[in-house]
Amino acid sequence: MPYEFLEDVATADVAFIARGESIEDLFCAAADATMNVMVTDLSTIDRSLERSVNGEAEALDLLLVNWLQELIYYKDAQRLLLRAASVTIERGHKPLRLSGVLSGEPMNPQKHELNADVKAVTLHRLRVEQTPKGWEAFVILDI
Amino acid sequence: MPLPSTIKKISDTVWEIPSSYKSGMRVPARIYATEKLLHEMDDGVIDQVTNVAMLPGIVRYALCMPDGHWGYGFPIGGVAAMDADEGVISPGGIGFDVNCGMRLVVTNLTHDDVKPHLRTLVDRLFERVPAGVGSSGFLQLSHKEFRQLVEQGARWCIRRGLGWEQDLERTEESACISGADSNKISDKAIERGVDQVGTLGSGNHYLEIQVVRPENVFDRKLAEAFGITIPNQVVVMFHCGSRGFGHQVATDYLQVFLKAMPRYNISVPDRELACAPFHSPEGQDYFAGMKCAINMSFANRQVILHRIREVFSSVFGRKPEALGMHMVYDVAHNTAKLERHRVDGKERSLLIHRKGSTRAFAPRMEGLAASHQETGQPVIIGGSMETGSYLLVGVPSGADSFFTTAHGSGRTMSRAKAKKLYNGRQLQQQMEDRGIYVRSVSYAGLAEEAGDAYKDIDAVVDATERAGISKRVVRFIPIGNVKG
Repeated sequence: MPYEFLEDVATADVAFIARGESIEDLFCAAADATMNVMVTDLSTIDRSLERSVNGEAEALDLLLVNWLQELIYYKDAQRLLLRAASVTIERGHKPLRLSGVLSGEPMNPQKHELNADVKAVTLHRLRVEQTPKGWEAFVILDI
Repeated sequence: MPLPSTIKKISDTVWEIPSSYKSGMRVPARIYATEKLLHEMDDGVIDQVTNVAMLPGIVRYALCMPDGHWGYGFPIGGVAAMDADEGVISPGGIGFDVNCGMRLVVTNLTHDDVKPHLRTLVDRLFERVPAGVGSSGFLQLSHKEFRQLVEQGARWCIRRGLGWEQDLERTEESACISGADSNKISDKAIERGVDQVGTLGSGNHYLEIQVVRPENVFDRKLAEAFGITIPNQVVVMFHCGSRGFGHQVATDYLQVFLKAMPRYNISVPDRELACAPFHSPEGQDYFAGMKCAINMSFANRQVILHRIREVFSSVFGRKPEALGMHMVYDVAHNTAKLERHRVDGKERSLLIHRKGSTRAFAPRMEGLAASHQETGQPVIIGGSMETGSYLLVGVPSGADSFFTTAHGSGRTMSRAKAKKLYNGRQLQQQMEDRGIYVRSVSYAGLAEEAGDAYKDIDAVVDATERAGISKRVVRFIPIGNVKG
């Protein structure tokens, strides 16, 4: 998996590291990590509907927060479980911009094994950085 | 946890880290804990409580309660008093789950009365109080009605027959904090919360049926004053907050404050401590918006209480009044409130941030209902689902902690680790063998809440009593649990 949950960080919450070859891959991996906190098996989410996402921020890590917040928003506001279908990030000028598509389906407790709810994406120790192998992010989610 | 070499023992239960520990600290940090609890605290606590000590306008100390553990921005268990004129307000000092809190209701039933009906009770509570990821409630509200609800708190519910008039005065702020302004919240916040009134949520949120064993009554007079009068009496306790609505209000204003900080020349060591001067437009907007989340949380717990009364009434065939289902109190543990406290002999107006810590007002303090003037404020401390919980009361010696005490037992193990170590189905069976019937929407979620993932609740409560910040009244043991 392009993400892993960390055991000894943020006792009451959930911390993860996500990785990707490109920045777009990283954003998709972080979206799956966030959804995986709420849903045990991501493969049970059918891609039957889509939602467009647009965002902008002054920094890449804050752009990631905006992107992940959209998953949380749709989970509460429309009871949708969504995964990243595509995302494009423009980093040439500020504010940085993101446009993407999330796809998934309505939450169904009979079909989807649900875990802990994610309340928010925190900024605590948040980082997005380039590594020799690509891109890496560290994120703590409030549970 | 490795402790700073400069940490100073003030008493057996109070430890001080001087402001020389870290550049930028404006005041010392103080941790309330026994030596054992102090050593068991995780790495995040020292780092975070000393970061809090850097916030502009902080008065006396940055504090951490005995159940303290790693949070984000503030530690969980954190307390900070900000000067109302020169200090800041910080969403990180309140948390995303604004006004998350505990509510306690008594019955006139005994354990023997409830035992034959326990499974039915828990099963029906599980149906009537929705829990888990994205759960929605039974109330169908328009956006306009929801805006009224967040400005009126539980009063809105009582007007619609969802509770008793006496519930209001048994809630902090009489169940409606003044100054809530729904013009200060986003459409997104409304959309996230409008369907969630009357829902528990998930994580460590739960609803529990508990018993008071005679040997667990520590102060009979106070217990009786709070409605605990018969041996093996059954009570119901639950823990939840302002749901997606409060989470979005905090998320929105964190972004506002990040942008505002350079304008006010404020820099913080952790972006989760983003803040703005309390009297700035941003600070006041957040205060008014955050109060809407406080009211949503009061209303949420009010509707849940109404459902609990309905369920007990349907199972026992008697009206809730005949079952003596009086509310004891509703306490909040994620808030910022304007309060008056004496500091160095002078009364001051302070914005008290409590993040995973509970207000514990002493007898005769301003802000207490008439019925609590003699007793002091009831304080409800939720333990893990396997161990037990407490009813405490505020005491006059609590002034040093701005009349604040712990909020729970506090985690010692991360969720990821607990999920690896415990199996939810096995845990459910083991608890049932011990007389605790549990229903949960998620077995993985159940494993994360295993009792061993938490500190020893008795040790935490003992530390608060020895430190003189609250006093034990009653200990409860769980017999039925609905876990979010």
